[in-house]
Amino acid sequence: MGKFFAVTIVAIAILSAIPILRHTWWMAEDISTHGAPIDEQMSETMAEAGISFVVSQFVLALFIWKFSSPKPGDKIKNFPGGAKAMVWAAVLLVGTEVMALGLFGVKAWATVYFTPPAANALPIQVQAGQFAFYFRYPGPDGKFGPIHPDHISEATQEFFGLDRDHDPDSKDDIVTAEMAVPVNREIHLLMHTKDVGHSFFVPELRVQQDFVPGLDLSLHFTATKVGRYEIVCTQLCGLGHYNMKAYLSVLSQQDYDEWLKKEAALQ
Amino acid sequence: MHDVAKHDAAAHHAPTSFIGKHVFSLDHKVIGKQYYALALVAALIGMSLSWLMRIHLGWTNAAIPGLHLLTKNGAPGDVMTPEFYLQLMTMHATIMVFFVLTTAPFAAFGNYFLPIQVGAEDMPFPHFNMMSFWVTFVGFLVLVSSFFVGTGPTLGGWTQYAPLSALGEVGGPGEGTGVVLWALSIAIFCVGQLLGSLNFITTTLDMRTKGMSLWRLPLSAWAWFVTSCMGLTAFAVLMPACILLILDHVAGTSFFASSNIVINDQMQPHSGGSTLLWQHLFWFFGHPEVYIAIVPGMGIVSHVLITNMRKPMLSHRVLVYSMGALAVLSYMVYGHHMFVSGMNPVSSLAFSFPTLVITIPSTIVVLIWLGSLYGAKLRINAASLFALGFISMFIAGGVSGFFLAQPSIDIMLHATYFVVGHFHLVMGVAAMFGIFAGTYFWFPKMYGRMMNETLGKAHFWLSFVGAYAIFMPFHYLGLAGNVRRYQAFSPDYMQRFIPLHKFITVAALCMGAAQLIFIYNLIHSRFWGKPATDNPWQATSLEWSTPTTPPPHNNFGDKLPEVFHDPYQYGVESSVGDYVMQASPEKVKTEHDEA
Repeated sequence: MGKFFAVTIVAIAILSAIPILRHTWWMAEDISTHGAPIDEQMSETMAEAGISFVVSQFVLALFIWKFSSPKPGDKIKNFPGGAKAMVWAAVLLVGTEVMALGLFGVKAWATVYFTPPAANALPIQVQAGQFAFYFRYPGPDGKFGPIHPDHISEATQEFFGLDRDHDPDSKDDIVTAEMAVPVNREIHLLMHTKDVGHSFFVPELRVQQDFVPGLDLSLHFTATKVGRYEIVCTQLCGLGHYNMKAYLSVLSQQDYDEWLKKEAALQ
Repeated sequence: MHDVAKHDAAAHHAPTSFIGKHVFSLDHKVIGKQYYALALVAALIGMSLSWLMRIHLGWTNAAIPGLHLLTKNGAPGDVMTPEFYLQLMTMHATIMVFFVLTTAPFAAFGNYFLPIQVGAEDMPFPHFNMMSFWVTFVGFLVLVSSFFVGTGPTLGGWTQYAPLSALGEVGGPGEGTGVVLWALSIAIFCVGQLLGSLNFITTTLDMRTKGMSLWRLPLSAWAWFVTSCMGLTAFAVLMPACILLILDHVAGTSFFASSNIVINDQMQPHSGGSTLLWQHLFWFFGHPEVYIAIVPGMGIVSHVLITNMRKPMLSHRVLVYSMGALAVLSYMVYGHHMFVSGMNPVSSLAFSFPTLVITIPSTIVVLIWLGSLYGAKLRINAASLFALGFISMFIAGGVSGFFLAQPSIDIMLHATYFVVGHFHLVMGVAAMFGIFAGTYFWFPKMYGRMMNETLGKAHFWLSFVGAYAIFMPFHYLGLAGNVRRYQAFSPDYMQRFIPLHKFITVAALCMGAAQLIFIYNLIHSRFWGKPATDNPWQATSLEWSTPTTPPPHNNFGDKLPEVFHDPYQYGVESSVGDYVMQASPEKVKTEHDEA
């Protein structure tokens, strides 16, 4: 039975690795300017973790195969090198892996979080709420009017709680249920939630960031490929969590301008 | 250390009434069995809930006959509503994490065997011990009662992120009374674990018999000791957090809810709270909790493997130091649950490094296990199969930790099925395998009968293959962006995941069915199993030196044992075979020396 167990372990290890090697299930195509180091980091980690997984399972299987049917006269033996070899192997192998992954990881993380958005980045505001995202564009004046939480009303479709009558900056603000961005233009996304915690996840853009009640957070990214993508919520926010999503259209500058004009007319 | 000469057997009277013997028992062995029974009931409930969830994920609009009996409004026409899915999910996780993974390997086996393995007649505070079980039991009842109260249990997940959990019914069904009952249940559970941890620590440090130095403790005893130290600090943080959460509901406070929250066009009456505060408090407990679930498994598996390899581990001390390192580091890594939470990105890097470093002691443990297998005379039985299966699962679930330790990759994997696959393998399945290994190994001592080996092996094979079939695909789904905690996969790009979810559901139902073999084996062997001898596995530690099987009320009869050897003297030549027991005064050649 020991030998059968060993074979099973090897078979499981190989079968588990195949979909990874073939990328049957893999990350969506990257359409961001900052995603390359993240993808590289993912591939490197997958190689290191994958090799660790397969080799350890093989060694486990090998030893079970070899030592599970002892003959009566057999004596126990000790691994040459003993525990010291194991500790050194763990410290050196994993230690190096840790240092390498850690250092490269810092670089990848820094490209996302430690680089400020460019001064000319296009500001777009996103508000999360149970169970929808709404977006706001500043309009020709380039300024967002203030939000009045007590004015927020689903009933009157005043999702952001703007007071267009009294706040001049709000007058030309454009509120939409879909997000559109011009291709190859940096976006500065200003995030807040009106109720509980939510999250903004676009796999293709390599961004995921929680909305935190009481905090104004921001992200910046540049989309490089025209197309229609999905924004999904990844922070459990209530019974409609599974259905909290919005479309993100990456458009050519011309299409974007037209889209914005159309949305402005609807306000 | 306990002095044999001072031991007064008469001071430890066996109870005579049914209630004193089986219900409000002060005997650590009965309390251990009570914990085990509680964990078993909880595991069956938790598993049944996961079956319902899995069926719903594979076939979202399918009616599940009889589902309406479980809920007032959650299953019109026996079809699960989105909120009922989330409620089942929350209860599945809470029951499994607290009342199974914490209760069985630590409280159940630890209660039964720690005092015996150190050579004591009981724990130092038997009343605290009894209280710890009954308090835990009440906690369980409170949690389950939320199914029958108001709008049902909370839907906020076992992490209960604020402010969803702090706002009351306005946040969703179960977010009022359901959350209060959840937090109350967990606070009560914490009291039970604190009492238990105190007893474990004192037993280990103060109740050891003559000759039982700390280094002569078996690895299972070390694991329980390390775990109880973690429990003492981790549960002490979770309990006040739960109390604050309850206050937000019943006393009008705003610890976890910020200002300007608008739900249903209404401003909520909260201000000034911090939603990230809950996450910090929760995960400061939550990450050590992962190790509270798995470290006892490491100890049990080491103990079981050594007996079945007929040789000690490459190094007893290195394993103990590694478990200690895991315990200490487990407090420094909790922030990796919060990389995308809006926490300062510099903190993310600060939490990332210790998270990567914690893989070093984990790797050392695995390599010591693998290296020790070399040259073994390995016996294959249900207990050793589950112990070896534990190692395989621990490796499989462990390597995915490399990914989640890195904030940049976490952007892609956070809150996806990758995480669900990771923790189910490394702390769910692995810990369960530890429980199974312990059960097949210790059952003869606990009940005086052997378990059926054939059924045990069948149980193993189905569970081993089943666990991989369920949880390995979770990783693939996560990589492809499948978000967790969705009751249906509504985004367009997730449509292609549904066939794989159907496959996982079938695998889960099969693996679940395999657990019924175990339950049958447990009950059948309890009453009709082959009678066990005092030491059926030719093992060395003190639990196999008791004068009767199961052990008498005071464990060792009139005289506490004296210990003469390190715990694992296998592969030696003695009068009884290839081992010598800790309590045997026999001198042997080539004794393994750890001290």
